[in-house]
Amino acid sequence: MTTLTRARAGFGTLPGWARSAIVVAVGVGLLAVTATLTGQIQLTSSGTTQAAVRLLLPILFAALGGLWAERAGVINIGLEGMMILGTWGAAWAGYQWGPYAAVVGGLVFGVLGGLLHAVATVSFGVNHIVSGVAITLLGLGVTKYLSTLLFLPVSGNPRQSPRVEGFETFSVQPLADALAAVEAQQRVVLSDVAGLLGGLLSGLTPLVVLGFVLVPASYLLLWRTSFGLRLRSCGENPVAAESLGVQVYLYKYIALIVSGALAGLGGAALTLNPGQLGYLEGQTGGRGYIGLAAMIFGNWRPGGLLAGSALFGYVDGVQLRAGGEAVHALLYGASILAVGLAVLWVLQRRWQTAAIALVAGAAVYAVYFSTETVPREFASYAPQIVTLLVLAVASQRLRPPAAIGMEYRRGEGD
Amino acid sequence: MSRIRSALLPPALAILFAAALCAVALVISGASPLTALGVMIGQVGQGTTAVDIVNSAAIYYIVALAAAIGFQMKLFNIGIEGQYRLAACVAAIVGGLIVLPPVLHTLVIIVVAVLVGAVWAGIPALLKAYRGVSEVISTIMLNAVSLGAIAFLIRPDSFGVLQGNNISTKPIEPSGQFPGLDTGAGTIFGMVVVAVLLGVGYWFLLNRTRFGFELRASGESATAATAGGVNAKRMVIIALVLSGAVAGLAGLPEVLGRDFAYTLTSPQGYGFTGLAVALLGRNHPAGIAFGALLWAFLDKSAIALDNIGVPRDIVLIMQGSVVLSVVVAYEVVRRYELAAEQRRVAAQLRGAPAADKEVVG
Repeated sequence: MTTLTRARAGFGTLPGWARSAIVVAVGVGLLAVTATLTGQIQLTSSGTTQAAVRLLLPILFAALGGLWAERAGVINIGLEGMMILGTWGAAWAGYQWGPYAAVVGGLVFGVLGGLLHAVATVSFGVNHIVSGVAITLLGLGVTKYLSTLLFLPVSGNPRQSPRVEGFETFSVQPLADALAAVEAQQRVVLSDVAGLLGGLLSGLTPLVVLGFVLVPASYLLLWRTSFGLRLRSCGENPVAAESLGVQVYLYKYIALIVSGALAGLGGAALTLNPGQLGYLEGQTGGRGYIGLAAMIFGNWRPGGLLAGSALFGYVDGVQLRAGGEAVHALLYGASILAVGLAVLWVLQRRWQTAAIALVAGAAVYAVYFSTETVPREFASYAPQIVTLLVLAVASQRLRPPAAIGMEYRRGEGD
Repeated sequence: MSRIRSALLPPALAILFAAALCAVALVISGASPLTALGVMIGQVGQGTTAVDIVNSAAIYYIVALAAAIGFQMKLFNIGIEGQYRLAACVAAIVGGLIVLPPVLHTLVIIVVAVLVGAVWAGIPALLKAYRGVSEVISTIMLNAVSLGAIAFLIRPDSFGVLQGNNISTKPIEPSGQFPGLDTGAGTIFGMVVVAVLLGVGYWFLLNRTRFGFELRASGESATAATAGGVNAKRMVIIALVLSGAVAGLAGLPEVLGRDFAYTLTSPQGYGFTGLAVALLGRNHPAGIAFGALLWAFLDKSAIALDNIGVPRDIVLIMQGSVVLSVVVAYEVVRRYELAAEQRRVAAQLRGAPAADKEVVG
C-alpha cells in the first residue's frame, strides 16, 4: 500500500465536519482564483452571495422536505405541488397579518398537501409518483381557483396576490461591516473570501436563519434520536421495523406531514422573497423538483443537500446578478476543478478516472475558449444541466434508502 | 362479466367522487353545481366545441399513449412535456426551411418530430440503463433544459421570426400542412387519423407481438423477465425511446393543422395531461381514448363556465381530483378482489386433502 492510497483512506476516515470544511475551502478557493483570473469580480461579490442565499432558500426547504419523506421511504415528487400550495397560503395569510403569519400560512397549506400524499400513498398504497403528479396538478388547480375567488377582488388580478409585507433584514454586526470593508479593498483572494462570507452575514431574515437552522436540526433529529432511527428504519426496511414494534404507518404520516410543512415553508420563502413580495402564478417554476434533485445530489443527507442547494442557488444567483458572461467564467472554474481532480487521481494511480476527468476538463475549456458567453436561455437552466451531469457521473456512489418507493402494508411482511 | 365490472367501476366511482368534491367547492363559492353541470353539457352542441373536443382529445391521446408505453415497463416518462415541445419546435423549423412536394413534405416533418422525440428521450434512457439514474429525475431536468433549447432555437437570430409581439418559427408552406376535415362547424385535424392509427398500433404491439409480451413481462416482474432471457437494459432503452418517439408527434396536430409554425406561446402542459389520461385509462387503448375525451371535455368546459361567472379553475380541481381518486379507486378495488380471491382459494382448499395444504401454507 502506498502512502497515497493511505492518504486517500485518510480523507474518507476524517470526521464529517472536517471533510465538509475541506470541500468548502476548495470551493471558495476555486471561486476566488476563477474570479481573479477571469476578472469577473461579480462571482465573489457579497451581492451575488446574497442573491444566492435568497434563491437557495426555497430549494433548501424543498430539499429538506424531500429528505424527510424519502428517509421514511416515500418518494415525494408532489413537493412542487405542496410548494405551490405554500406560496398561496403564505400570500393569503401574509397580506392580512404580516410576514410571520405568512410563514405559518405557507406551512399549514404545505401540510395539507403532505397529508393528502400520506393518505394516498400510505393508507391506500397508491404509487408514490402517481400520487405526486396528481398532487401537483391538484395544487395548481386549487391555488388558481382560490386566487380567482379571494385575490381577484383585492388585487384586481387573478394571477397575483396583493403585496405582502416582507421581513426586515438584519446583518451580523460588526462582522458584516468589517468584511464589506475588506471586500472594497479589492485584494486578491482576500477580498473574494470576504465578499462570499459578507454576503452570508448580511441581508438576513428570520426565514433564512430558520432554513439554515433546520439543516443541523434535521440531522440531529433523524440521526441522533431514537425517533429518527425509527423513522429511517421505515425507509430502509419497514417489515423489520414493524417486527420491532415501530408503528410504520404513523411514522410515515409524521414524515410526510413534516415534508409537506417544509415544502410549504419553501413556498413561503418564495412569497416573502424581497424581489417579488406576494403570490404570483407559476412562481415556483419547478423549484420543488430542483429541491428533490438537490437532495439526490446530496446523497439523501442534510449536509449534502445543503451543498446541492447552495450550488443551485449560487449558479442561479450568478446568472441573475451578472448574466451569461459570469456563468461563462464558471466554465473556466469547472475546467480548473477537473484538472485538479485529474492530478489527484493520477497521484492515486486511478488512471482511467483521471483520463476521463482530463478529457472532460479539456472539453469544458474548449467551450470556454471558443465562446464569448453562455446563451441567456441556457444560463438560466444551468442548475438542471449541472444536476444531470452530476447524476450521470456520480449516480453509482449514491445510496438511497433501501425501501424507497415500495408499497408497504401492515402485517403483510414475509 | 366481473372483469368488465372491475375495469369500469373504479373510474365511474372516481368521476362521481370528483364531481361531488367540485360541487361542494362550487356551493362554498356561491355557485350552483346544477347550473354549472347544465352549462358544461350544453356547451358541446354549440359552435365548434364538439370538434375542438375531438381535436384536443387526439393530442391527449397521443401523449397518453406515450406515457402508457412507459407505464407498461413501470417507467415514468415525466419528460413527455419536453419531448413533444422540442420535437414540435424542431419539426416546425425544418418544415419551414425546406420546400418539398405535398405529402412528402408532411412526412419529413413527422419523421423529424419522431426522431427528435426519440433522441431527447434517449438521454434519460441511456442514463437509466448504463448509469442507473432514475428516469423521473433526469426527465424533469431535461424538461427544463428543453425550454431553454426552444427559447434559444426560436430566437430571432437563430431560427425565429418576429411576428408582432410574438416570436415564431418560419411558417410552413401549404405543401407541408396536414389537411383537415371540414365539418361545417370547425375543422377536425388530419392528425386525428394518425392518433387513431397509433392507438391501433399500440394495441397490436402490446398484445400481438413478442416485443409487447416482453415489455409487459418486464413491467410485471423484472427478475422473471430477465430469467426468461429478456435483456432488461435493452427493454428500458427501447421503451423510453419509443415513448419519446410517440410523444414527439403530440405537438404536430396544432403545428400542421392550425398554427403552421411553432411560437413562444404554443400550448404547453400536455406532458402531465398525458400521464393523467394514461392513468385514467389504465394503459388500455380504449380506456385512454375515453380518458382523453373526458379531459378535453373538461378543458373546454372552462370557457363555458367562465361565461356564467363560475371560476374556470374549478376544472383544474376536477381534473386533479379525478386522477387522484381514480388511482385510489383502482387500488381499493384491486385489494378487494385480492382478498376475495384469497377467500375463494381458501374455501376450495378446505375441501382438499390435508397434504396439499402444507404446500400452500
